[in-house]
Amino acid sequence: MHLVLFIIFGGLCVAGALNLLFQRHPINAALSLIVVMSSLAVLYLLLGAEFLAAAQVIVYSGAIMVLFTFVIMLLNAGREDRTHGSKAAYLVGIPGAAALFATLVYIFLSYRTQLGGASIGNYLVTTSDLSRVLFRDLLLPFEVTSVLILVAVLGAVVLARKEH
Amino acid sequence: MNTTPDVLRILPEVILTITGVLIMVIEPSLPAGANRKSMGWLATVGVVAALGASLYQYQLPPGTGFFGFVQTDAFSAFFHVVICGIVLASMLIALDSIGGPTGDLGEYFALLCFGAVGMLLMTSAVELLLVFIGLEISSISTYILAGFRRKSARGPEAALKYFLLGSFATAFFLYGIALVFGATGTTAVYTIAPQLGSSQMPLLAIAGLGMILIGIGFKVSAVPFQVWTPDVYEGAPSPVVALMSTAPKVAAFAVLLRVLYGALPALHTRWVPIVWWLSVLSMTFGNLGALRQKSVKRMLAYSSIAHAGYILAAFTALSPDGVAAASFYTFSYAAMNVGIFAVVSHAGGFDDRLTLIEDYRGLAYRSPLLGAAMAFFLISLIGIPFTGGFFGKFYVFSSTLHAGFVWLTVIGLINSGIAAFYYLRLATAVYSKAPETSPADSVPRPAMSLLFALLLTVAATLILGIVPGRILDMARAGAGTYSSVNPAADANTANR
Repeated sequence: MHLVLFIIFGGLCVAGALNLLFQRHPINAALSLIVVMSSLAVLYLLLGAEFLAAAQVIVYSGAIMVLFTFVIMLLNAGREDRTHGSKAAYLVGIPGAAALFATLVYIFLSYRTQLGGASIGNYLVTTSDLSRVLFRDLLLPFEVTSVLILVAVLGAVVLARKEH
Repeated sequence: MNTTPDVLRILPEVILTITGVLIMVIEPSLPAGANRKSMGWLATVGVVAALGASLYQYQLPPGTGFFGFVQTDAFSAFFHVVICGIVLASMLIALDSIGGPTGDLGEYFALLCFGAVGMLLMTSAVELLLVFIGLEISSISTYILAGFRRKSARGPEAALKYFLLGSFATAFFLYGIALVFGATGTTAVYTIAPQLGSSQMPLLAIAGLGMILIGIGFKVSAVPFQVWTPDVYEGAPSPVVALMSTAPKVAAFAVLLRVLYGALPALHTRWVPIVWWLSVLSMTFGNLGALRQKSVKRMLAYSSIAHAGYILAAFTALSPDGVAAASFYTFSYAAMNVGIFAVVSHAGGFDDRLTLIEDYRGLAYRSPLLGAAMAFFLISLIGIPFTGGFFGKFYVFSSTLHAGFVWLTVIGLINSGIAAFYYLRLATAVYSKAPETSPADSVPRPAMSLLFALLLTVAATLILGIVPGRILDMARAGAGTYSSVNPAADANTANR
């Protein structure tokens, strides 16, 4: 049961991510991002992290994606132009990606007997467990992430401002 | 056992964050047309305080803080001092060459402060999760700084290129962390090493190692991950290049030392050959590429690729001497590279009026001080005695020779010879008589802040070249924190 659900939603997640890359229209890309986010939420649920799954749906699939689509519609972004791409990308990129994929598949298959299931549900059951991890053990990364977000906000302001 | 308050373990980072936030808060309250250089001086004060805090951390008893996420020891303090020094110098350079009441100067200096926070965290983090967040902070702020000059067509292009390739590299790094976690069940640097011994999935860890090497390879622009470097350095404003050609690389090298020597020493039979090749390719391609360049910034970009190769050479030594040599070289590389970009950015101004080597003809007659400084840094980049560049190369190649890598040493020395050619070409241009009108005639008198920056970098290069003892001791103390490094590691078997 677990495995079947994992394969379905894992596949959906990867398919959504690929579709996101290949879509030419921003709205279609944003919609496939919703597919990615929602199937990720199911994967969290399979790992036993109910709260995380719910937060994923509410925050990412809900709030952030709504904002995303609103911005795209307000900006009235059109279709992207199709380019031929660079030769280097075809000569190096595709074989490189194929080699990487083959290596990882080989590694995972050769360990398939030892790769077990994982569950984060055992110690992340309630919101208080989650907050204990987040605000105690992971306090520093949590706080430092705020600097990261600050940098991103500052950068958006700098790059979008009109030059005098 | 650990009585030091946690906050002291991240004191420099806290100071810089507060400085950055202060700048963000004060800047909008200044009148619209007012000169915003005061923000730069505020940032400078913050960095000096952070530098002091880093030196203070050097004297603290080594230990971890925040549940094992950061560790301050001689190693982290050494790199903290180097990075704070670079950021300080590049702020002084920016104060000189960004003229007039530019509207977003406040953001410029705030971003410098926040970027420095990320780089400092990278060097003291002993948990790959935190290393990753630090890397993102440092990268994102440098992407933005690279595109700061939006009026020129090249600025945004450079920023976009840097952003796309940089994010790609960060993704590799993150995937590498995930694979190492899969193999060992932890992301704490110093628990990975013992876990790796009992891991039943060594191949997974090796794949993770490869991914991490690719990610860091991009950040330090080692060949074959260097393609972005010349374009980005050419398009970004020179004061920003002074920073991004040194500080993020210093931090990335520190991370690489922590990961390779702290977490994955058991895999050294795998990573030593990889690093050997990265080093040889970077030295050779960097120097050969630099020979053909006409633009000064592109030439220095290729030269920075070559220098990344020299630093990587020391990684193969597998001894505390190798770690000390790599740390020492990053310091001397930082001093001379920031120094030469101080001259380049003053001569060219914020919008790069002087670009080609030809344009620098007669600079020494127009401004003897700038000419002399430039020649001095070029001499150090070549590696002539009495400069930091000489001792850096000396320690790197003596450590590789001790480890038995004769060929690597020979290739490195040949490369230093090739490098002398293009550095001297620029030096001769600076000192040759200019034609009637040279672009170098327009070079203004250096402001006080630039003189400070030059003083700082010249002094550092000279001290590293004449009395390197104290700094070498610091680097050695830092290297001593890697107990896992076996001094006699495979001196014979690793012979290639």
